[in-house]
Amino acid sequence: MPKETLDSVIDSIEVESIGEGPPPPIPEPPFGPDDDDDGDFMDSQMNNAYVGMVLFIGAEVMLFAGLIGAFLLFRFGSAVWPPPFQPRLPVFVTGINTAILLLSGYTMHQALRAIQSRNYQQLANKLLITACLGLTFLVIQGYEWVRLIRFGLTPSSGVYGSTFYVLIGTHGTHVLGAVIWLLILLFRVRRRTNSPDRLYFMTRHYIGVKICGMYWYFVVALWPVLYTLVYLS
Amino acid sequence: MSESRAAKGTHEVHEAHAHLGFVRTYIFSTDHKMIGRQFLFMGLFMLIIGGLMAMLIRWELAFPEKPLPVIGASKEFIDTGEPKTSMDQTWAEWLSKPESEQNWLTKNMPMGAITAPLYNSLFTMHATLMIFFVVMPIMVGGFGNFLIPLTIGARDMAFPTLNMLSFWVGLLSGIIMLASLFVPGGSAAAGWTSYAPLTAKVEYTGVNWGQNLWCISLIVMGISSLMGSINYITTIINMRAPGMTFFRMPLITWSLFITAILLLLALPVLTSALAMLLFDRMLGTHFFLPEGGGEPILWQHLFWFFGHPEVYILVLPAMGVTSEVLSVFSRKPIFGYRGMVFAMTAIAFLSWVVWGHHMFVSGMNPLIGTTFMMTTMVIAVPSAIKTFNWLGTLWGGSIRFTTPMLFGLAFVSNFVIGGLSGIFMASTPVDIFIHDTYYIVAHFHYVVAGIIFAIFAAITYWFPKMFGRMMNETLGKIHAILTFIFFNATFFPMHILGVGGHMRRIFNPLQYEFLHPLQPVNVFISISAFCLGVAQLIFLFNFVWSLFAGKRADRNPWHANTLEWITPSPPPHGNFDKIPTVYRGPYEYSSPEVAEDWLPQDRRLETTTAKGAH
Repeated sequence: MPKETLDSVIDSIEVESIGEGPPPPIPEPPFGPDDDDDGDFMDSQMNNAYVGMVLFIGAEVMLFAGLIGAFLLFRFGSAVWPPPFQPRLPVFVTGINTAILLLSGYTMHQALRAIQSRNYQQLANKLLITACLGLTFLVIQGYEWVRLIRFGLTPSSGVYGSTFYVLIGTHGTHVLGAVIWLLILLFRVRRRTNSPDRLYFMTRHYIGVKICGMYWYFVVALWPVLYTLVYLS
Repeated sequence: MSESRAAKGTHEVHEAHAHLGFVRTYIFSTDHKMIGRQFLFMGLFMLIIGGLMAMLIRWELAFPEKPLPVIGASKEFIDTGEPKTSMDQTWAEWLSKPESEQNWLTKNMPMGAITAPLYNSLFTMHATLMIFFVVMPIMVGGFGNFLIPLTIGARDMAFPTLNMLSFWVGLLSGIIMLASLFVPGGSAAAGWTSYAPLTAKVEYTGVNWGQNLWCISLIVMGISSLMGSINYITTIINMRAPGMTFFRMPLITWSLFITAILLLLALPVLTSALAMLLFDRMLGTHFFLPEGGGEPILWQHLFWFFGHPEVYILVLPAMGVTSEVLSVFSRKPIFGYRGMVFAMTAIAFLSWVVWGHHMFVSGMNPLIGTTFMMTTMVIAVPSAIKTFNWLGTLWGGSIRFTTPMLFGLAFVSNFVIGGLSGIFMASTPVDIFIHDTYYIVAHFHYVVAGIIFAIFAAITYWFPKMFGRMMNETLGKIHAILTFIFFNATFFPMHILGVGGHMRRIFNPLQYEFLHPLQPVNVFISISAFCLGVAQLIFLFNFVWSLFAGKRADRNPWHANTLEWITPSPPPHGNFDKIPTVYRGPYEYSSPEVAEDWLPQDRRLETTTAKGAH
């Protein structure tokens, strides 16, 4: 297939929905004669999937806002934090872990650049590296949790442990979900890049990769906030 | 290119529909109209259950610890032990069995008399069902799904599969909630607010899995409404027909849009609180338990930070329905269209900064209490704007007293009473006196149970569009008038009980000497409530009968302007024959530009130069 046709197909996908539901209506509404020029605040159409993902991330922010609010109440409501006779959190190792997760945000950025330049081998590689970095983050977190539990910090050992495990655990669950999503995408990308039918992949999964990237940015961007609040403050 | 794509889409839609079997058309449907109807039926089923629970609560309050009529044992049997009626014999037989073989009735209402634990779970579940499984599924799930694509001129929602999933996850949550009634230990029984630390430890209420399932069900419901709200907002932003600007959307669509934003942002906060409560109960964390350094007030903050936007999630669509109905049946443009939109936006914004008014007696700093008092009173301004605009719409209109109009008028008048009693509650010095009395019960039933009038208005108004048949007007009017009378006879005297010091959630008012003189009021309320319940049978009959034998409806039986009325009744898969182009706002009634007194949004006028009046 000539590259020109391929590009025009891909460009048209960007303004269309991902196969779920009918395409959005034509932009430039023909205004009526008695139009009083309300104007829309959205002049250009955004893809349904992008809007949906932005809204979903908004809801996720509120979920974490509830949990962080609870943490802050305990953190600044108590005279001594962490409470006496509780183990200290591993600041240094988690700092390295923070760097790993931030790096995965950069590799995800590279993956999205690769999809822009239609370099599917590069895309597959970068997605794999991102997923591996995410998994490394989770493994190190899990290892630290096991050590903390051995030192006596459990969810039921007081409010210090309760907030730590629930807040950090909720983030970890989100990273796990995002990693699984990445691996599914990776599987699809590899299957399609190895077959001659690459157009199929592009039409079906182009936007899928982009919204997965948005979600990955969210879990990466959230982590430094949690690290600062829970480990450093 | 886009033209041909749109045309191809239509063709495919019709083709696909022809091949869909029964299961894909009626059960696992991705059509927004079918999902809307599914939500409506789920909500109406839950309304029956929640309503029967209310009847049991009222029986207990009027005739404390007396056996229920019909299924209860006779007085002679209880006094003497001699079975008189056939029900007596059944009770004697049931109660003679060993402990392990006792059925649900003998455990919860021996001899047909409601026990205190059952009473606690009844008022908890009545509120939970009515809020999360009646008003939200019917208004947001049912009419939100049905009306959003139709009123903005779209063929379906932005994410139809997600939409289907939203219903089935919602149904799962409803099933979990109903199942919790039958687990050992009974259902949740700490009030719908589930205040910690009462709920945070099994030992405090004796309810174990009932409370756990309550939390799980609401978390699942949160996922369902998250999917719904993402869908609604995306659809309204992205899928409006050509010419359908934001300020040409009907107010019902505006109200659902704002509601969806509130849902999206408020429910995750509840989810976080519910997760913490569940961890406290099941994993032994100490978020809300003081013995581990936890803070019970934290639950109240999180719950009401969600809870107050929730109140407007419930009432905003009702306001939208009322705006539609009043304008159509006054044959006048809505008074102050933009004022209505900005008032709803202001209400939605203010709903985030008033949650502390539920907590005036929780020992909060009086300075913070005063701040919450001020922000709460400010809500009266946009609410009054809406009320006066409704009155302005009615003023000088050629009013048609149809069934939906009667319900719309009833909603407005009850909303005024509920709004005014809210100002008493908002004022800290007054609230300290009437907090947790029947005054608050009267207040929130006037506003939240008053939504039932908007629900009936919506059902009777859009029934022709939803099911292609008209409802019976005579039965509808009788139902509307009886409901209005008995509703007020039920809830108005509760103000008097509340000022007299009658506590809410109390099992037997007669255990307090000072409440004895007020007991006749309780009996009067209960009798009115039973009449209110019986009056609903008229609606039930009318609904079911009209579904199968009502008069066939044409496209636009009410002569309304909005886009849903240009489609066939009921609209086919894909809704519109051709996506309409919108030329004006939704409320151009009695326009001098045309001979008839309505002017649909999609009708093109050739010779006009006049500016559209909004």
